[in-house]
Amino acid sequence: MAEMKYNVPNEQWPEHPETATLEGKNKFVGFWTFLGGETVLFASLFATYLALKDSVPSSDHMLAADLFHLELAFVMTMLLLTSSLTSVYAVYHMRNNNFSKMQLWLAITVLLGAGFLALEIYEFYEYVHLGHTFRSSAFGSAFYILIGTHGFHVIIGLIWITGLIIRNATRGLSVYTAAKVNTAALYWHFIDVVWVFIFTIVYLLGVI
Amino acid sequence: MSQATAKKNGVWATIWEYMTTVDHKKIAILYLIAGGFFFVLGGIEAMLIRIQLAVPNNDFLSAGLFNEVITMHGTTMIFLAAMPLLFAFMNATVPLQIGARDVAFPFLNSLGVWLFIFGGIFLNLSWFLGGAPDAGWTSYASLSIASPGHGVDFYALGLQVSGAGTLISGINFVTTIITMRAPGMTYMRMPLMTWTTLVAGVLIVFAFPPLTVGLFLLIFDRMFGSNFFIVEAGGNTIIWEHLFWIFGHPEVYILILPAFGIFSEIFSTFARKRLFGYSAMVFATVLIGFFGFMVWAHHMFTVGLGPTANAIFALATMAIAVPTGIKIFNWIFTIWGGSIEFTTPMLYALAFIPSFVMGGVTGIMQAVAPADYQYHDSYFIVAHFHYVIVGGVVFALLAGLHYYWPLMFATMLSEKLGKITFWLFFIGFHMTFLIQHFLGLWGMPRRVFTYLDGQGYNAANMISSLGAGLMALGVIVLVINIIITVAKNQKVGRDPWGDGRTLEWSLPLPVPYYNFAQIPLVRGLDAFWIEKKEGNGEMLPAESLDDFHMPNNSIIPFVMSLGLFVASFGALYFASGKEWAIDAVADLPVRPWAFWVLVIGLAITFISMITRSFKDDLGYYVTKEEVLRDLEEQERGAK
Repeated sequence: MAEMKYNVPNEQWPEHPETATLEGKNKFVGFWTFLGGETVLFASLFATYLALKDSVPSSDHMLAADLFHLELAFVMTMLLLTSSLTSVYAVYHMRNNNFSKMQLWLAITVLLGAGFLALEIYEFYEYVHLGHTFRSSAFGSAFYILIGTHGFHVIIGLIWITGLIIRNATRGLSVYTAAKVNTAALYWHFIDVVWVFIFTIVYLLGVI
Repeated sequence: MSQATAKKNGVWATIWEYMTTVDHKKIAILYLIAGGFFFVLGGIEAMLIRIQLAVPNNDFLSAGLFNEVITMHGTTMIFLAAMPLLFAFMNATVPLQIGARDVAFPFLNSLGVWLFIFGGIFLNLSWFLGGAPDAGWTSYASLSIASPGHGVDFYALGLQVSGAGTLISGINFVTTIITMRAPGMTYMRMPLMTWTTLVAGVLIVFAFPPLTVGLFLLIFDRMFGSNFFIVEAGGNTIIWEHLFWIFGHPEVYILILPAFGIFSEIFSTFARKRLFGYSAMVFATVLIGFFGFMVWAHHMFTVGLGPTANAIFALATMAIAVPTGIKIFNWIFTIWGGSIEFTTPMLYALAFIPSFVMGGVTGIMQAVAPADYQYHDSYFIVAHFHYVIVGGVVFALLAGLHYYWPLMFATMLSEKLGKITFWLFFIGFHMTFLIQHFLGLWGMPRRVFTYLDGQGYNAANMISSLGAGLMALGVIVLVINIIITVAKNQKVGRDPWGDGRTLEWSLPLPVPYYNFAQIPLVRGLDAFWIEKKEGNGEMLPAESLDDFHMPNNSIIPFVMSLGLFVASFGALYFASGKEWAIDAVADLPVRPWAFWVLVIGLAITFISMITRSFKDDLGYYVTKEEVLRDLEEQERGAK
């Protein structure tokens, strides 16, 4: 009986399936509230980074200008921005009750996100080889905790969206699953916005 | 009967029910029991402090143990007693006050309480596992990085786990109040308890992440070899002070605003008058919440941030006195001309006004930055914050305990014993802390484990310790009161105080697990009072009697919290004896299993999350027939 209420026939598919149920509405409001907290979390990390970005124990430690390559950061930015766009397409198809296209765009989002993550791991690997590690200086600690927390959010997002693709594969679209997809998309956009600030404050500001 | 009420046989069934419950009323009881336990624990620590300081040159506690006791007293009282006890009353009242059948996220509500309980247990296990944290409840980095052993690690990890629970609960209350209000319950008809919970929830959402970050920096420095606070590697310990107080100052409003809410309810109930200046009260609550984020550096006047920063934060701090003053006057005007009933909760409320104003006035004194250089780190500060926290928050908790006890347990605490508790606690409180203002002005620094004879501190400290004894007696009487009440188990019916004004008192006692058989229609502020005066004393239904949806119980929140509890041990011992570790733990024995414990713990939590996501948790339906049966039973009971 309970399940009946979540499966809506196509002609009655609501314009905003993600907030069509009370649970969906709660998820929407609750998740925006959570993102408010996440914003403060990243603001604290940015503040820590700005306070420590020139703090190294001695002058033979590398600083931002010696390390960063804008080319790599630019490619990473493009990958993540594009993945945000593809998640919009997924939500668009979710609102049109087009399950297979939604799944497809979610999969593309995951691929782009994974590409971003791979480049980030490569970047960290390079830096560690150059002697810039989490333990080498206060700058190193602040850099890795800011970028690392963002990267951790990307990993969680990838697992989340992949999980949704798998769990919904057998269930299809309902107002129950739509709310889940929409929440994940909100989260993915948030990660993207944070990266825009990282690109500006850490990378651009680091090389000028 | 449905599955939620059917299994009521045996102790184990009850324990299992509470471990898996998602019912806000049962979660309120969990918060009350756990918070009450930690309150007693923190109280015992307070008594140890006062015994040590009763006479000069005392050696009851060693200097090191004294540091551990003051640290644990502060940390326990703020994080594990005051806040959870407020959550107990929020959970018990808010969904009922807004006419909802549960909170927005029942699952997360359960997760919040278990994270808090496991975090609290973890923190207190430090006593048995090599020593408690000893860097003060503020745990300033220059002290906490140098603190030998694992004490501070217990602090950082324990607070991280319980803090996650608090953040989750904050989000839950904000969402609940925004989306779950009954028809007619507009924002400006919400009882003050609900309003203050909403604002406190928003404060939690914005104030806890800085603590999370601060604690992570501390965790990484102490356990994973980073350099945020290691000055030789370029670190800066002032970052901790900022992050801690960006959290820490809103935190005191997270505590005091719900306390204001409880008192607002009590004043209007027992003065039998509508709350004076309701909209001004709401405005003042929101304004206090807003200003609460712009004053954190008044804890850091002596750090040396410069005259401009100090001036700005001094002015912002003084500005908070305005909305707080509005509230004080509104409460006084609520009592003015009211038909006052001196019940136990009302006694606490009446005592709260002068006590809290005294704490507020010394707060304004400290807001004057140049003068604060004199007060800083003296007993004057200790006196000030105990006046606001005990005179404000603890009075509210005790008042709320008596006031909401019938709502939570359908029995009444003894008024006679309640009043004895009140007078012992009230006199003891002023005796303990009034004299500490003078001790501070006479030059006694805070956080010292003893003092020399002949400095003029002897008599004052003895008076203070005797006062603490009176407070302890008061709490003992309260515990006796609770035991007698539970043993007698004399049930009371609907609206036991006789003057209930808000929706929660319109419900039959004990409150059915679905709260409202029909969601009520709210026709104005003090919805139940309106129906008493203008209707037949029953809430009008906003919906026809029908089946409705309720959430399933789940053990997953418990397992998820357990995973983080296990992982905390792994993190704690990870740096032990490693060559890259800070000096404080580098000499300890190496624990090769630490990494695997960390991984296993995180895996437990992670697998629980995946399980939660992959299952369709659709809840169940309460049928019309069952509700009708309950209603008939209530009718019979009433006759």
